[in-house]
Amino acid sequence: MKSAVIVFPGSNCDRDMAVALEKITGQKPLMVWHQDYDFDKVDFIALPGGFSYGDYLRCGAMSARSHIMKEVIKRAEDGVPTFGVCNGFQILTETGLLPGALMRNANLHFVCKDVKLKVENTDSLFTNGYDEGAEITIPVAHHDGNYFADADTLDRLEGEGQVAFRYADDINGAQRRIAGVMNAKGNVLGMMPHPERMIEPALGGSDGRVMFESVMNRLG
Amino acid sequence: MTNVNNIKITPEIVKEHGLNEEEYARIVSAMGREPNYTELGIYSVMWSEHCSYKSSRFHLKKLPTKAPWVIQGPGENAGVIDIGDGQAAIFKMESHNHPSYIEPYQGAATGVGGILRDVFTMGARPVANMNALRFGEPDHPKTRHLVSGVVEGIGGYGNCVGVPTVGGETNFDASYNGNILVNAMTVGLADTDKIFYCAAAGVGNPVVYVGSKTGRDGIHGATMASAEFTEDSEEKRPTVQVGDPFTEKLLIEACLELMATDAIIAIQDMGAAGLTSSSVEMASKGGVGFELNLDNVPQREANMTPYEMCLSESQERMLMVLKPGREEMAKAIFEKWELDFAVIGEITDTGKLTLKFGGEVVGDMPINSLVEDAPEYERPYVYTDKRDAADVAAPADLNKAVLDLIGGPNLCSRRWIWEQYDHMVMGDTIQRPGGDAAVVRVHGTEKALAISTDVTPRYCYADPQQGGRQAVAETWRNITAVGATPLAITNCLNFGNPERPEIMGQFVGCLEGMGEACRALDYPIVSGNVSLYNETNGSGIMPTPAIGGVGVMKDNEKMATIAFKNAGEAIVLIGETKDELGASLYQKQILGEDAGAPPFVDLDIERRNGDFVRALIENGQVSTCHDLSDGGLIAALADMAISGGMGADVTLESDLQLHTSLFSESQARYLVAADADTAETIRKEAKDAGIPVAVIGTTGGDTLSVNGDVSIAMSELTAAHEGWLPNYMAKAAE
Repeated sequence: MKSAVIVFPGSNCDRDMAVALEKITGQKPLMVWHQDYDFDKVDFIALPGGFSYGDYLRCGAMSARSHIMKEVIKRAEDGVPTFGVCNGFQILTETGLLPGALMRNANLHFVCKDVKLKVENTDSLFTNGYDEGAEITIPVAHHDGNYFADADTLDRLEGEGQVAFRYADDINGAQRRIAGVMNAKGNVLGMMPHPERMIEPALGGSDGRVMFESVMNRLG
Repeated sequence: MTNVNNIKITPEIVKEHGLNEEEYARIVSAMGREPNYTELGIYSVMWSEHCSYKSSRFHLKKLPTKAPWVIQGPGENAGVIDIGDGQAAIFKMESHNHPSYIEPYQGAATGVGGILRDVFTMGARPVANMNALRFGEPDHPKTRHLVSGVVEGIGGYGNCVGVPTVGGETNFDASYNGNILVNAMTVGLADTDKIFYCAAAGVGNPVVYVGSKTGRDGIHGATMASAEFTEDSEEKRPTVQVGDPFTEKLLIEACLELMATDAIIAIQDMGAAGLTSSSVEMASKGGVGFELNLDNVPQREANMTPYEMCLSESQERMLMVLKPGREEMAKAIFEKWELDFAVIGEITDTGKLTLKFGGEVVGDMPINSLVEDAPEYERPYVYTDKRDAADVAAPADLNKAVLDLIGGPNLCSRRWIWEQYDHMVMGDTIQRPGGDAAVVRVHGTEKALAISTDVTPRYCYADPQQGGRQAVAETWRNITAVGATPLAITNCLNFGNPERPEIMGQFVGCLEGMGEACRALDYPIVSGNVSLYNETNGSGIMPTPAIGGVGVMKDNEKMATIAFKNAGEAIVLIGETKDELGASLYQKQILGEDAGAPPFVDLDIERRNGDFVRALIENGQVSTCHDLSDGGLIAALADMAISGGMGADVTLESDLQLHTSLFSESQARYLVAADADTAETIRKEAKDAGIPVAVIGTTGGDTLSVNGDVSIAMSELTAAHEGWLPNYMAKAAE
């Protein structure tokens, strides 16, 4: 599986994502600088965590309008599996590839800790490796992870199986404790928790590995 | 624009610049004429306590700074030690106390920014941030606001630059009511053959400015940091700098990218006293002169004067000397990262700092005089009187005393703080906050760095010499307790007004103790910072020489943590418990007293016991270990039980009274847990080595009990421990 990690000037989980992808897929990902938007064809695109262009405006708002994201949107619409973590998720909602928005955490504090997640859909491209009803542990580290969408959208997401992960406990005020959502086609996933930080026992567990392995299973 | 250099220098202006008459006379004599306004400003910051160490230098020289593994000791931007395999750890700790009290968010944030720059300036990628924080008593009306702002500022900056904040310490005490301490530490990694220094060289070589533009923020920050606080200190808010962590992130990446080439001759961050201090430092170390054209300095605001440009402490800026002909290549890198890049001058052979502006020379000062003529004071001092041993009473209710300590401001869980810091980014944090030392892997290797910040100001106040020893020894012990070998320390020496002999006596005493510990433990000082005048309206803080220790473990899989791991394991106490309740946390918090001599630090015993424990971890005999410090044996047991989610049943056999056994803060002690057979082996090995040892109990159950006299449900203990800080902070919102 050939993957690409999009690197914005303020990305700071780009190396972590690259390490995880290389460890799990056995292949070094292509690191794509935000100005090099004419990059090679890949099987998987990752938008890492960080502060893309500083995020002094709404998180992800500037990146969503960048050249590189125009290219990512095109490829995602063509069906390339696209995965955004944390700031990556914020960018995906700002582009409209995913519904909803990520607001400041309800208690207004940054939160970094392991959280329990319920895997809500175990058939998807990204989650097929998890057992049905699985509860997993993945860390979060964000200031703006409070997922919001209107009730109709939330009903639709839940009805169509687009909610990938849900927090077991309320950690940031997210509507219906939603931690990660997919697009209708199922090839775009955005999530606040960081699976790339939970890929070996030394880091506290391996529950994050399964997500990457799920994509590999499906892509063969 | 008014030409500030037309302002006539009066005695009042000299005084406003924090210079006394004798110092001003020295300037006039060094220059052979009266300085103009810009020159006076430059002298005032270069000769400020913060930049010149004029009160402390004489004593700092006595500290041990050498060991075979020390690559660079004090005097550069940060200290450098060899960690094997061609790699080096580069680290330093620095204070940002005064700004953080005035403007907690920006003060703390720029403290982190500044220390990060000190480390990456030398070619290191920062891999861990730590801090040592001290606030006033919880009931003081400002404390919540300051805790909240400082924690948010540290997080806001560190989280954005993508360097994990992996640990630290936080304490509350009334002596910090009007003067909090915010000490930040950064550790970075570099290859030993790719370390950068600040000595400029090569007449005619270009002097290059990179990073953010220069604004009017932070002017005279260094001078403010060198004066006592008074009631009108709030008015100094404009001297606090404003940080931009996104730019810092860009600056780190751009500098490291340029450092991978061979273009840089010398590099220095613009920290305290900004452009002035960095130019002078680089020129002085290289024995050359600098001619700067201030018109070329990237400016954020219109009509800035030379005075303002030279003294601005705008953040996220660096100064470099490049090899000739490399400017275009370097410029392309900084343009890629969308940062300013400007050639602002060149190296000369005049030995002077020459400043040009609008085609005129606006400043011309001998570099030597700015650095070497700075006054050095041997200020008078009186040692703190030795205290006698104290007889410390038992508590009225033992269980309540334990709960009050474990669930009180000084021993409660700091989770509320460290959950606001991204402590996992970079993917190498293998021991998160809450243990004895933070541990981060050396990326891509089996090695790991262990880092701890410590000091016990109660001891430093009661007996500066013992307190100085203990601060160094405690970092050494914490690093040992995770299984690493302690290698070197940095420090941040926070004291009151050195012009008062009793404060100077605290300083001298603490340094003597620190020096003794460093020598006995082969644990030199490689970098540091002094912060004096931590006083408000004449009332000083407790002496607080914060120590940041760094150690290395070869095999990170052997790492020990404090949590009890399996029920039914034997708990072994290593080291001797003595009647040492003087200046203990128990005495201060539960009895409300501060009397008696603090625990004695026997450095030979410290080393013997620590080496023994480290070997147990390295041999794989033990993976559960905790050192004993504030709160004594019962506090350590509680930490291990709470972290492990299980209780313990302990029986103490001793001639001491039970409250003494539980709360004594005798040094050089550790608790380990292991299966019964291993514990017996450990007991025998310790005995053979002449080390006091006792198997004191068993892990497991849902109660922490000692001799049947202490018996607390784990649920209650955990709730008290975890609850204090969030409950306290929640009241801020009311």
